[in-house]
Amino acid sequence: MKNKTEPKFKYELSKIAGAENIMLCFQCGTCTADCPISRYSEFYRPRRIARLVQLGYKEELLSDNRLWLCTTCFACVDHCPQNVEPASIVRALRNLAIKEKRQIPHVTKELAFTLLKTGYIYRIPELRLKQREQKGLPQLPKTNLSDIANIFKTLGITDVLENTKIFEKVEK
Amino acid sequence: MESLKYLLFLGCTIPYRVSNYEVSTRKVLKRLGVELYEMPEYNCCGLPMDSLDHELMLTLSARNICVAEREGLNILTLCNGCFGALNKTNKMLKENKGTEKVMKQMKDEGFDFKGTIKVKHLIHVLAQDVGYENIKKNLKKPLNKLRVAQHTGCHILRPTEQIGQEDPENPTILKELIKLTEAQIINYKNETDCCANPIIGLNEEIPFQIAKEKLSNIKAVDAHTLVTVCPFCHIMYDSNQSRIERAFNEKFGIAVLHYPQLLGLSMGFTPEELGINELRVNPRFLKYTLSFE
Repeated sequence: MKNKTEPKFKYELSKIAGAENIMLCFQCGTCTADCPISRYSEFYRPRRIARLVQLGYKEELLSDNRLWLCTTCFACVDHCPQNVEPASIVRALRNLAIKEKRQIPHVTKELAFTLLKTGYIYRIPELRLKQREQKGLPQLPKTNLSDIANIFKTLGITDVLENTKIFEKVEK
Repeated sequence: MESLKYLLFLGCTIPYRVSNYEVSTRKVLKRLGVELYEMPEYNCCGLPMDSLDHELMLTLSARNICVAEREGLNILTLCNGCFGALNKTNKMLKENKGTEKVMKQMKDEGFDFKGTIKVKHLIHVLAQDVGYENIKKNLKKPLNKLRVAQHTGCHILRPTEQIGQEDPENPTILKELIKLTEAQIINYKNETDCCANPIIGLNEEIPFQIAKEKLSNIKAVDAHTLVTVCPFCHIMYDSNQSRIERAFNEKFGIAVLHYPQLLGLSMGFTPEELGINELRVNPRFLKYTLSFE
């Protein structure tokens, strides 16, 4: 661990929804025993991540794209005896890394822009729409795109998307 | 009994990649007397944006709920992810827990959240609203030669505090629904393990490893087919199966059915009517278990 720790980081993070109980983690490791990813990744272990937050390793955490290995199966949330919600802590760390314009998965950025333009996270190809007709399925509804644009604007999403470094893949 | 009218929330992935799930759902629900209405003006449920900005996820989700309230109907989802996101947001809005900003944004868009609707997944609608007895009355063809494994998935079960429909360690609703067709339920090791699809865009190695374990566990108990109720789980085991086989140099050949396809077979629909011909892994078992070609 190269960087200086920021001992107050845990207080900063605990203000984010879902991360309120980070101080309650007593390192029992139930989360990690039940985590499907921890079987294959040395970095991605919820207990370890919770401890790094408590100790203030902000730089190490927010600059490490292995935070994006969580599949959100929520086994850790269900099994934590202290109600720490490790998956929500990881979500808070991802949100913070993006809010501070440190890093964002390229795929998330693409999905977000497609959502802004179409209301869906994928651009549904013409061929698919034609196939819907052939199969007798109703047309897909069109959303009110100005609502989506307003939501993105209020939350400052476009600025973050345009000015955050992207990454493509995550090594375990 | 609640009236059997719902707004069908398709989400993004079903129309994009697995429309046979939609096709088979519409067929079986119509037969059961369920009326589906198209969800107007909907947007992505919000879940894929949760890791970008939690507030964005809640707001996108809330907009869908407000649209449904305006229509005065409960939402029916086919995707575990959409169910998890919409159900969670609906609950948070109803309890008014940290959702002040989301409420304000909804007001700005001309919506007024009232807390009048519910969000349900297909299997909850089938088990609780339609009812096992009613379903049974509509079945013509017992599938008793068929050995079926099931994968219920994660966002339909956990976090328990937000969902609480059944025990996530031992989910039974999907098994009960499969039993109605008289198919044999085949238990296998680690049934509740996650499919790991959500991270596949960033890392293939781990999801493939996790999915391989599940497919091996299912192969070990000689199941003919795996039944899922979520497009992501389905893509993981069906669309990706041949790549997983290549990656590990191991053959599985396990056909993966969407639950309404299984139910539809038992209702007497043909495999084509249920979009079974669109599956990537060939359901060879149909020939000798149901005498379908």
